[in-house]
Amino acid sequence: MTAEVLEGGFADVATDSARAFRAAMEAMARPGTLYTVTGGQGPAPLSPAASVLLLTLVDAETPLHLAGAHDREEVRAWLRFHTGAPLVERAEAMFALGTWEALVPLEDYAIGTPEYPDRSATLIVDGWDMEGTGATLSGPGIADTMRAALPDAAALRGNAALFPLGLDFCFTHGTRLGALPRSTRIG
Amino acid sequence: MVSSSSEPSSAAAADGRADAARRYRMSVLAKAGAPALSARWSGWLDGAAEPAFTWLRAPETGGVMVRGRAGGTGAPFNLGEMTVTRCALRLEDGSVGHAWVQGRDRDKARIAALVDALMQGPAAAALEAAVIAPLREEAAAARRARAAKAAATKVDFFTLVRGENA
Repeated sequence: MTAEVLEGGFADVATDSARAFRAAMEAMARPGTLYTVTGGQGPAPLSPAASVLLLTLVDAETPLHLAGAHDREEVRAWLRFHTGAPLVERAEAMFALGTWEALVPLEDYAIGTPEYPDRSATLIVDGWDMEGTGATLSGPGIADTMRAALPDAAALRGNAALFPLGLDFCFTHGTRLGALPRSTRIG
Repeated sequence: MVSSSSEPSSAAAADGRADAARRYRMSVLAKAGAPALSARWSGWLDGAAEPAFTWLRAPETGGVMVRGRAGGTGAPFNLGEMTVTRCALRLEDGSVGHAWVQGRDRDKARIAALVDALMQGPAAAALEAAVIAPLREEAAAARRARAAKAAATKVDFFTLVRGENA
């Protein structure tokens, strides 16, 4: 194993992961608002924000699916060393990582059950900048309305219609992180 | 894993031996007492500075479940939880050292990882003689002493035939 795949972890695990977790929680609580996270950097094509999210949220008990170009040996080795997450197919994944094009179709992922709606997947869409005005967001965590760029508003609207079931999304681009939970209405 | 139809190549066999040797010496380091290890380590350094390194994973303490295969069935059995400290570091020459050690002593984990990294370089033979071999001897001596103590308390039971079933 080369040293490169072992690098890029948090320098100070307790503080860095607490800070990153706070950012991820804030992002989920305020859909469409962007937060900057730093401290981790996995091998290409992982963005810093996606690396930080994975270091914070993923561990040996959270099955992860790598989609498309993110399913590379370097990324797998990096995740194995830093997180120990089992790599699985789409249907079993609690987290999935990839570009939007690689992650679709959304029907492949677990959306939870009526008894346990939390048993659903969270998709980390790497390389998508939410900064923009394409869609209007409203709902919990948004005072009035919010403008954001979304990759496929129709598919995401379909996901929101499944509420309380459905998927949650994190969009990462560079060091910036934004989120779109299933509870957000897309106008 | 080598499939049954193909012979293991000599390179793979050498790798296997190197792995086994590394596993064995890491087990010696993991189980060594922290004072004994740091005494041997400073003895080997002999006043020189510790080799420079960067953390790949700073020492962190956690629990692992120790499992064993007790009994004849081979089914794994949870013996209990154990506190371990692990870390990984890289020396300036690029060699990477990993360590998982018993207990919560960060210095012990650091020294064990440094030894692991240095054992991959030219200092291996000297380190083996100065650190690993003495620790192995100490562990073996402690084991013998305990076995001798236990042997002294051994009780032999004899069953007298009482005749009911005769």
